[in-house]
Amino acid sequence: MSATTDWWTLGVIVGLALVTVLTRCFFFILDRPWGLPDWAHRALHYAPAAALAGVIAPEIVMTQGHLITTLHDARLYAAVVGAAYFYWRRGVLGTMLAGMAVYLPLHLGLGW
Amino acid sequence: MFLSQSIRGRPEFRIGMRDMSPVALGIGAWGLMTGVAMVKSNMSVLEAVAMTLLVYAGSSQLAAIPLLFAGAPAWVILATGFCVNLRFVVFSLHLRPYLMHMPRWRRMLHGYLTADMSYALFTKKYPKPPLTIAEQEAQEAYLTGNYFVTWCAWMGMSLLGVALANFIPQKWGLGFAGVLSLVAIVCSMATTRLRVLAGLIAGATAVAAYALPLKLNIVVAIGVAVLLCFWLEKQFGLDPTAEDDK
Repeated sequence: MSATTDWWTLGVIVGLALVTVLTRCFFFILDRPWGLPDWAHRALHYAPAAALAGVIAPEIVMTQGHLITTLHDARLYAAVVGAAYFYWRRGVLGTMLAGMAVYLPLHLGLGW
Repeated sequence: MFLSQSIRGRPEFRIGMRDMSPVALGIGAWGLMTGVAMVKSNMSVLEAVAMTLLVYAGSSQLAAIPLLFAGAPAWVILATGFCVNLRFVVFSLHLRPYLMHMPRWRRMLHGYLTADMSYALFTKKYPKPPLTIAEQEAQEAYLTGNYFVTWCAWMGMSLLGVALANFIPQKWGLGFAGVLSLVAIVCSMATTRLRVLAGLIAGATAVAAYALPLKLNIVVAIGVAVLLCFWLEKQFGLDPTAEDDK
């Protein structure tokens, strides 16, 4: 691995740690009780799922910034099998293992 | 907090540890995979170790990895991490009455160390906030024992993953395991039809807007999904909490 450490990345990591503290302690940082405005409460219903879906969708259906045009891509089948496993059995670990059990043979064996 | 002798001495500390132990295996395995995924996405070992020790939030770490790799600006990565962590904001509202009797630094340390599973087990074990000093101390000890197991399992296995990752060839594509974990987390969040829709809209938007600079496609995806769902709620009179299982 030729990865090198840079200060910018470390700074982002410290920032993410502060985000963890801020979100986990959000309502008990201040002493006086307070609540969120209504629109923010409503946004809480959708923003987390939307954020994650926005991150992973390009990782599954794009290569080098372009939508893939082939069905010979191991990631598609791994993601579908992973999601199917989740609805069948639940559990992050099982989903990951089921997806990788499809991904690795297709990726390494067939070169998809 | 688990270094404090007075907390560790309480029987509830052990009960908290015992209740969390069966879950620790899954948490550890997820940590292992996160450790591998970080190094496989071209982070240096120092960066991966720093991220493990400091951030301590699997899904926001995994979400940050592709963004760091693509050179997204810091604020987009932090905003994405914030959105991914928004569920903790809801948890913190619930935990407030349990912790407010403590000084600020102490409740914030508890808050920082309380991840999803500890929150779930703690509030299941204690449906009501403490009323007496004895109850306060018992609940604090339980929570601490509980997240002590989580912390050890996560840290130990993540660091092991970081150490082992360099022995695994890049072309195996094991970094994809991180994406698959996020698939599971997205599915677990999509508990209502509107949330499923929010995920689909956001995914499609992020792909369609991929050419935007600064990885803004993620920000646009969240905004479009939230606004469209607001509009759908209003248009069809849907109640976002009606089919909620929380």
